[in-house]
Amino acid sequence: MSVAALKDYDFPAKDVRENFPAPLLYIGWEDHLLFCAPFCLPLPPDMPFGALPTAVLPGVYGWHPDFAKIDWAQVQWFKSGRPWQPDPAKSLADNGLTHKDVIRFRTPGLNGIQGSFS
Amino acid sequence: MDTRVLKKKLGLKERYAAMTRGLGWQTTYQPMDKVFPYDTYEGIKIHDWDKWEDPFRLTMDAYWKYQGEKERKLYAVIDAFAQNNGQLGVTDARYVNALKLFIQGVTPLEYYAHRGFAHTGRAFRGEGARVACQMQSIDELRHYQTETHAISHYNKYFNGMHHSNHWFDRVWYLSVPKSFFEDAVSAGPFEFLTSVSFSFEYVLTNLLFVPFMSGAAHNGDMSTVTFGFSAQSDESRHMTLGIECIKFMLEQDPGNVPIVQRWIDKWFWRGYRLLTLVAMMQDYMLPKRVMSWKEAWEMYAESNGGALFKDLARYGIREPLGWKDACEGKDHISHQAWNTFYNYNAAAPFHTWVPSDEEMAWLSEKYPESFDKYHRPRLEHFREQQQAGNRFYNKTLPMLCTTCQIPMLFTEPGDPTKICYRESDWRGNKYHFCSDHCKGIFDFEPEKFVQSWLPVHQIYQGHCFKSDVDPTKEGFDPLLAVLDYYEMNVGRDNFDFEGSEDQKNFAAWRGETKQGDRT
Repeated sequence: MSVAALKDYDFPAKDVRENFPAPLLYIGWEDHLLFCAPFCLPLPPDMPFGALPTAVLPGVYGWHPDFAKIDWAQVQWFKSGRPWQPDPAKSLADNGLTHKDVIRFRTPGLNGIQGSFS
Repeated sequence: MDTRVLKKKLGLKERYAAMTRGLGWQTTYQPMDKVFPYDTYEGIKIHDWDKWEDPFRLTMDAYWKYQGEKERKLYAVIDAFAQNNGQLGVTDARYVNALKLFIQGVTPLEYYAHRGFAHTGRAFRGEGARVACQMQSIDELRHYQTETHAISHYNKYFNGMHHSNHWFDRVWYLSVPKSFFEDAVSAGPFEFLTSVSFSFEYVLTNLLFVPFMSGAAHNGDMSTVTFGFSAQSDESRHMTLGIECIKFMLEQDPGNVPIVQRWIDKWFWRGYRLLTLVAMMQDYMLPKRVMSWKEAWEMYAESNGGALFKDLARYGIREPLGWKDACEGKDHISHQAWNTFYNYNAAAPFHTWVPSDEEMAWLSEKYPESFDKYHRPRLEHFREQQQAGNRFYNKTLPMLCTTCQIPMLFTEPGDPTKICYRESDWRGNKYHFCSDHCKGIFDFEPEKFVQSWLPVHQIYQGHCFKSDVDPTKEGFDPLLAVLDYYEMNVGRDNFDFEGSEDQKNFAAWRGETKQGDRT
């Protein structure tokens, strides 16, 4: 369906790729709701995926006591909710990530403060 | 001398007819459809505008008289409150943060409602509807003014209220109420009435006003209570307009039913999402609690709203699509919202805090299914860290829902451990949502919602810095630049209540050395 209007209703979308200095990537850490919501980050598409856990996420999630305990080899990744195997050596773009993609990671065995999923 | 003409006094009914229906006419040199282009394009068919009934039969002359009397009483109380330093009588300086939320997020909506009803009234060719909209438009302007006057007294003594109009158009969480109302005022007149008069005023307004006003009464804030009383008789008129307008549309043409149902689905959900702010205010921000959000929801939404939708079933209307999910959320949303403001309190011009042990015991009692299991451990961890000098301030911007613009803080219906993610593709772009219902609203009108002014995205696009700022300069701090653009007083308007200027001042004024000793 479309908007009911008296005249043509067609306006530019505000959040297209061209309007940002870098594509946006949304990232969520499962079972850790101490961080109230997933994050939104503009990240260079040529950044290697492997730089996420080492260079980007510590500044984002480092406050949580579980973060230091993460074994990144065991981490399960999801893209748009479906299991996904990124290649850490390849860039974000070569891993198929485009503007406004959403990825999540699960850290088996780590379930937040006293197992509260927080 | 002329013969004296006997002045015939009109009866109540005739007077009402003369002062409302008598004010309209059929146009002659322009077609009616050209003079009133907005009351047909939404697809709503009206066959007989005279069937519109106004149970209050209020006319403009009587309206001014009533409102003038109420106004005089209200300002007498506000003056007395100011002269007696009423602000010192509130339970605790934490209470004032509920007023900050009110002046920042609710009062500007009154002004939007004023504009919306002025515009909508002009759009209807039926005089009854037009007069009702005109009165409500003036009511809303009055509410905007009286709230501003009542709360301006607190502004002299507390932070976080000095720039509420400026913040409304800029600060991240205020885009939630702002976008709600802009969605409504940019819709057609019938959708506007369904959104504001019916879904908001009729179905949900008790959940906004009762908690704020009885919260004020419980916490010693007589000035806000008096405002509430002064607005109450207006609110009952507004609710009547809401239900009248729905019944009128449904009775006029069977083709109107599916359109109205879709609007009810949409606006119930949008209103419910907006009330998340009230839920958190009620459970966390009132030093003296009235009732929990969950109890308020059960009383005002589940039992009253349930009866309403049973009543509307004879017109072919069912309960809103999001009803069950909204009822499920009553155990969770206040805690999730408070956590969000605790996270982002560096960027919000009011204070947050970890509830005291006594308050947490109240929350455990009111939320036996969810509080101890999911929320208490986090709050205790926050408190422990804060006492160790490591108060958590989240500095990374969150992902927002494209429709309601709230950070994606809501969990899957039935699983409070999992954030609810939904997405849509439209014209080669991805859009994300907090729920099936926000996604459904987008999917029906994507052309409208692709224009959403999402604060996080606007910051990343560089639109939330002052014009003389150079983001390429060394040492540029984007967060501070955004707060400067908000014109927040960093260190006074924001951050934890513990250690705030509000806390210190209030204690000093009351002659207490330490106030808010809560642990």
